[in-house]
Amino acid sequence: MATYDFLFNALGLREWCNAHAGEKITGLAALLKKTKGESNAWHETPFPSLNALNDACGAIPRSGDFTRMLETGFLNIRGGLKLVLDPLTQPLSWMLDGALTLFGAIPWFILVPLLLIAALLVSRSVQIVIFMIISFAILLFVDHFEMTVETLSIISVCTVICVVVGLPIGIAMSKSDRVQNAIIPVLDMLQTLPTFVYLIPLIFLFSITEPKLYGIAIILYAIVPVVRLTNLGIRLVDRDVKEAADAFGMSDMQKLLGVEIPLALPNIMAGVNQTIMMSLAMVVIASLVSAPGLGERVLQGINNNELGVGFIAGFGIVLIAIILDRVTKAALSRVNAAHH
Amino acid sequence: MSDAKIKVSIKNLYKIFGTDPQSYLEAVKQGLSKTDLKEKHNHVLGLKDINVDMREGEITVIMGLSGSGKSTLIRHLNRLIEPTDGQILVDGEDVLAYNDDKLRKLRQSRMSMVFQKFALLPHRTVLDNAGMAPRVRGEQKATIDQEARKWLDRVGLKGFENSYPHQLSGGMQQRVGLARALTSNAPIMLMDEAFSALDPLIRTSMQDLLLELQTDLHKTIIFITHDLDEALKLADHLVILKDGYVVQQGEPQHILLNPNDPYIEDFVADINRARVLRVGSIMTDADHATNEPDGVVQTRDTLESVIALAGGDTNKAYRVEEDGKTVGHLEMRDLVRALVRPHAPVDGVRAS
Ligand SMILES: Nc1ncnc2c1ncn2[C@@H]1O[C@H](COP(=O)(O)OP(=O)(O)O)[C@@H](O)[C@H]1O
Ligand SMILES: [Mg+2]
Repeated sequence: MATYDFLFNALGLREWCNAHAGEKITGLAALLKKTKGESNAWHETPFPSLNALNDACGAIPRSGDFTRMLETGFLNIRGGLKLVLDPLTQPLSWMLDGALTLFGAIPWFILVPLLLIAALLVSRSVQIVIFMIISFAILLFVDHFEMTVETLSIISVCTVICVVVGLPIGIAMSKSDRVQNAIIPVLDMLQTLPTFVYLIPLIFLFSITEPKLYGIAIILYAIVPVVRLTNLGIRLVDRDVKEAADAFGMSDMQKLLGVEIPLALPNIMAGVNQTIMMSLAMVVIASLVSAPGLGERVLQGINNNELGVGFIAGFGIVLIAIILDRVTKAALSRVNAAHH
Repeated sequence: MSDAKIKVSIKNLYKIFGTDPQSYLEAVKQGLSKTDLKEKHNHVLGLKDINVDMREGEITVIMGLSGSGKSTLIRHLNRLIEPTDGQILVDGEDVLAYNDDKLRKLRQSRMSMVFQKFALLPHRTVLDNAGMAPRVRGEQKATIDQEARKWLDRVGLKGFENSYPHQLSGGMQQRVGLARALTSNAPIMLMDEAFSALDPLIRTSMQDLLLELQTDLHKTIIFITHDLDEALKLADHLVILKDGYVVQQGEPQHILLNPNDPYIEDFVADINRARVLRVGSIMTDADHATNEPDGVVQTRDTLESVIALAGGDTNKAYRVEEDGKTVGHLEMRDLVRALVRPHAPVDGVRAS
C-alpha cells in the first residue's frame, strides 16, 4: 500500500498504471521501510513527489528517471552542438597549447628578465620589480617556477581573448540601450553562477583532455568586468565633449577612437585589472578540469591531504595575485594621472 | 536696416520633445499650449514657429531666460537636434536634405561651435585641441599645428600650446574653445552661452576679444546668452525667445526703445539705458534742428558720453555725424526722455 493509491483509484487510472508500469526499482529507503513493516503514521505522509507517486502508480517516472532523461537529452544534442562549437573553439586550444609550450620552452634565465622588463614598462615602478625578483627567486628555489609559468601562460591567453572579445561587446552595449538590456542579464548570470556549475555543461561538451575546456570556463567567468566597465566607461564620457565631437563633424569611428575610448580608458583599465584577477581565481578552480599550473598542486594537496604541497602552491598563487594586481593598478593610475 | 546677404535662415521651425512628436504637431500649430502639451500628453514643446534670418558678417544674439529654448534652437543649425517641422537654410541650401556625409562636411568646414562648458578634450594638449577641426578633416599635421598656433596666438595663449586644459583657468580654457572654432576657418560660428560660465571681468574681456576679432574676420556669429548687457554689447540683430517662441526680434536699440511685450519690458527694466542707448537710435532729422548745435557727437556714441559732454545741461543740442557727414540732430531734452522707461513692469512677469 502506498500513500497515494487512493488518488489513482479515485481517478480511475489504476488500469493505466498497471499497464504502463515500468520495471519497479525499489529504492534503499523503501527497502528499509519494508523491513521495518508498513507504517502509515500521519507524520510520515510524504510530499506527492515523483518518487511517492511512482510508489502508487508505476506509470509515473521516478526522479532518477527524470535526471537520466535530461542527461540523454543533452547527450542527443551534444553531437550537433559539438559540430558547431568545436571548430569555433579549436583555436583556443591551439593558443593555450602554444602559449604553454612557448613559455615552457624559454629557459628561466631569459624568461625572468623578460617578465621583469615587461612589468617595468607597464608599471614604471621599481618597487614592484623588486617584489617580483624576490617572488620569482622563492618560486624558482622551491621548484615551482614551471607551474607558475603555466598559470601565467593560461592567464595571458585568456585575458587577451577577454579584452579582444569583451571590448567590442562593451562598445556595442554603450551604443544601444537595446543591446545593453539584452546582455546585462547574461553578464549577471555569468557572475552569479557558482563557478563549479558552469563547468558541468562544458564537461559534457568537450573532452576533459582539451585545453579549451578550461579556457572557455576561465573566459566566461573573467570576461564580465571588462565588458561591464567598457560599457559604463563609454556611457560616462562627458556629454558635452561627445557633443563637441559631433559638432566638429567627427565620424562615429573618429569619435570612438579619438574621444570615447581614450576618455573611458581609466574604467576600461579597471575592468582589465578585474578580468586578470578573475582569470587567476578561475585558473585555480579549473585545475579540476585538468588546467595545469599551480592550481593542480593545490588540488593535489586537497585530494591527498598533503598540507605542504597545497600550502606552497597556494603561497605561489598569492604572490602572482599581488604581482598582477600591482602591475595593472600601477598602469591604471598612470592612465588616470594623464587624464586629470 | 542691414542689407547684408542672408547666411542662415530658419523658417517655421517647430520642435516637440517626446516619444511621438509628429502626432501633436498639428495641435501645437492650432495653438495647443506648452503646459497643456506637457500635462495632457507628456511631450515638451521646445520651439514653436521660429522664423529668423541671420545675415552674413553680423552677430545675431538669441536671448532668453533659462529653459526658453536657446540651446535647442542653436543646435538645430548644425542638426545636433533634428526639427519636428520647418526649414533650415544655410547659404540657401536646405540643411535638412543633407545626407550624413554632407552634414559632416558642413560641421567640419562651414560651421564651428563654442560651448558653455568649453568641452575640450582633456587628454589632448591645448595645441591638439585647437587643431581639432582640421584634424577631423584629415589635413596634414604640420599645417594643422601651424594654423592652430596662429589662432592660439591671436586669442592670447602663446606659450600654452603644450599645456593640458585642466592646467588652465576657465577663461583660458574658453580661449582654447574660441581658438578651436577659429582654426576650423568656418564662416559661421555658433556660440552657446560661451561666456556665461566665466567671471564678470573675464567675461567682459572675452566679449571685447570677440568684437575685436569680428572687425577683422566678419564671421556670421550666432551668439546665445541670458544676459541683456551682453546681448546689447554684441548684437547686430537681437532675437528674444520665451517658452520656445520669438517674442520680438530686430535691431537691439529699437527693441530697447520699443519693447512689445511685458516680458521684454521686464528684461530691459534693470538696464542702464544711458550706457546702452546710442545717439543714432534717438536722433532726429538734421533739418528738424531748432537750436543752434553746441557741438558734434557721433551716431555710435552712448547717451552716457553725451551727458558727460553736456555736463548734465539739458538745454544743449548737438549735431550728429557719421563718417564725417552730418546725419542728424540731438536735443538733450529728447535724450532725457529716452532715458525714461516706456512702461513700468507688469506684476508677476518679473522673474524672482
Ligand atoms: N532632450 C530633451 N527632452 C525633453 N525636453 C527637453 C530636451 N532638451 C530640452 N528640453 C526642454 O526644452 C526646453 C528648452 O531647453 P533649452 O533649449 O536647453 O533651454 P535654454 O538653453 O534656453 O536654457 C526646456 O523646457 C527643456 O526642459
Ligand atoms: Mg542652454
